[in-house]
Amino acid sequence: MSDLLAARSQMAMSLAFHIVFAVVGMAMPLLMLVAEGLWLKRGDPVYRILAERWSKGTAIMFAVGAVSGTVLSFELGLLWPQFMEYAGPIIGMPFSLEGLAFFLEAIFLGVYLYGWDRVPRSAHFLCGVAVLASGTMSGILVVCANAWMNHPVGFQLVDGRPTDIDPLQAMLNPGSFAQGLHMTIAAFQSVGFAVAGIHAFMLLKDRQNRFHRLALNIALLVGGVAALVQPFSGDISARLVARTQPVKLAAMESHFKTEAGAPLLIGGIPDVEHETVHFGIEIPYGLSLLAFHDPHAVVRGLADFPRDEWPPVPIVHFAFQIMVGIGTGMALLALYCFWRLFVGKEQPLGLLILASPLGLIALEAGWVVTEVGRQPWIIYGFMRTSEAVTPVPNLIVPFTTFSLLYLGLAFTTLSLLGAHVVRSPKAREVQ
Amino acid sequence: MIDEVTLLATALMVSLILYALTAGADFGGGVWDMLSGGARKSEQRHLIARALAPIWEANHVWLVLVVVLLFVAFPSAFATLMIWLHIPLTIMLVGIVLRGTAFTFRHYDPLGETDPRMQRWSLQFAAASVMTPIMLGVCVGAVASGRVPGTTFTDSWWHGFPVALGFFTLALFAFLAACYLPLETDDPALQDDFRKRALGAAVVTALLGWLCRGLAPHLPIPLGIEILVAVIGVLAVGSLWTRRYWLARSMAALQVVTILWGWGLSQFPYILPPTLTFHGAAAPQSVLRVMLTALGVGGVLLVPSFLYLYRVFKRQ
Repeated sequence: MSDLLAARSQMAMSLAFHIVFAVVGMAMPLLMLVAEGLWLKRGDPVYRILAERWSKGTAIMFAVGAVSGTVLSFELGLLWPQFMEYAGPIIGMPFSLEGLAFFLEAIFLGVYLYGWDRVPRSAHFLCGVAVLASGTMSGILVVCANAWMNHPVGFQLVDGRPTDIDPLQAMLNPGSFAQGLHMTIAAFQSVGFAVAGIHAFMLLKDRQNRFHRLALNIALLVGGVAALVQPFSGDISARLVARTQPVKLAAMESHFKTEAGAPLLIGGIPDVEHETVHFGIEIPYGLSLLAFHDPHAVVRGLADFPRDEWPPVPIVHFAFQIMVGIGTGMALLALYCFWRLFVGKEQPLGLLILASPLGLIALEAGWVVTEVGRQPWIIYGFMRTSEAVTPVPNLIVPFTTFSLLYLGLAFTTLSLLGAHVVRSPKAREVQ
Repeated sequence: MIDEVTLLATALMVSLILYALTAGADFGGGVWDMLSGGARKSEQRHLIARALAPIWEANHVWLVLVVVLLFVAFPSAFATLMIWLHIPLTIMLVGIVLRGTAFTFRHYDPLGETDPRMQRWSLQFAAASVMTPIMLGVCVGAVASGRVPGTTFTDSWWHGFPVALGFFTLALFAFLAACYLPLETDDPALQDDFRKRALGAAVVTALLGWLCRGLAPHLPIPLGIEILVAVIGVLAVGSLWTRRYWLARSMAALQVVTILWGWGLSQFPYILPPTLTFHGAAAPQSVLRVMLTALGVGGVLLVPSFLYLYRVFKRQ
């Protein structure tokens, strides 16, 4: 394994790990707040137990996320020092603000967790609101920094060095809105469904458990609404990519030849060597329609670009198919569940359990599309990933170390969450 | 003259000091968790856990702020540090991961204290609490003694002074934690446990400090700072001896501030002595202004929030 590949693998692994904890920090506060709000309004203690139980799970995830996030802030420099030297001053603003938002989230989560009986009820609820606001903001801000890597603006290049830096313009680059929106919705969608699945599983074993039924409904509401909104945000993202990163779109769709009225490819196995796709289903005019809202629009193909600027086509293509496929499935499932709820029927517990990890899988797949789809660039059009990597040798050693570390961590987190969140409260607590 | 660069260099030092005062004490707490013993072993551990629980995640932010300030305001120095201190920084990160998760899991694990899994968490917590401050000290020592950038990826830090400074940092953090902890309890016996530990740590810290100075006689540390460090040390020990815990806590904190501030003063205007200055490493002025503004806004939001957290939990 080359040092570049080891560095990329370590970064990918760290991000893939952290992202799960990051979305929990974004989305769980909303679930807690809905439960706490219902407790304040109806006075039913089951909601408070639910909010407390969820907040404990959130605290475990937040603590691990705080640690893996600290690691990432170092890894950016440890693995990509040349990138940080170049980009640090330009994208420092979202990172500084993210640090601030994270700090606020940590503070108010601390009060929320340990303050149930120490601060007034209204102050406690407001602390929860602060956790939600700062958690969501910190996610969006990191995405802004990432969006800049896809849409590098806010500086002039003079003699190969960035000058005339406008940090605000860099932060509010053309990708920030689309990516930030897509990611925020994805956070609520994936966490909502993951939590719903856990409670569906408990409900399957204990049909009469009121605690899990109420929990399931709240989680499903948050995740379901997000799943129904997400396709619209996906459309915004897709059109932006079509305009600003045509080679990424071409890889996502394995679209080799430039053509007007391009078809939409569903599935299929790209054959990069022969610039063709096997076994795919083509929907006429679909790609032109989706990417430009015009059935006759010209969509540029990979053949238009030099080979050394192609991202790894099969990875990007498969990841994109997985994301879109899952997104569609989840939107349909949300519709079905809402209809069941509307007619007063039992939720499809088995389906919800199966759907539980899907949102997180789609989330990871989406990040693969964004990041692998930008290769070979680390800053699109300005700096190649191979130019950014550290000269330190034997990068396979930290990669292996952190992989093992994170593997152990993931395993323990899951078992601990199992002990805390999944366990049903005793009957006398909830009746 | 005070310009943007000097202000940001100051901010960098202030956040490093805040990290040492808060997270440093958390690491020190880990050391005392490991060295807990005697009749009140379990009480000692509970006290440490209770003192750490509501704040330790938030304390990370100072380290992240150091990193962010470095790469935004002094990007070339950041890149050089990350390349030449890759190894100790990576070990430090592993320590941060292990310690944070061990603490969290031990805190939330519903098992009893004697369970083998619990003891594994304790071992991991202790080992990481030792490893991380040593590596932090090694990095500071490497920069202070002008070894960054080096000629190989190990000789930039693997040397007598940086390594000795690593152990000094560990002892200093342990001393700091032992001076903080008596104020977290009302039990005089428990207070006395930590008082004795603080006195022991003071001796070790002083010896290691003397060793460090001997290993790097050429460091341009002003005589005034050295005298100040010695005087504060004596005052801290005196107040511990006479059980004036508030004074001991203040003196221990002041000691950390003086040492770090003294280091900063002695090498200013160099960020990486002997060649790279803060001005030479600084980002364009437009970036520095924005960064200072962001720090100001951050302070306005953070200080009251942080005070609220401490008011809710630390005064009962």
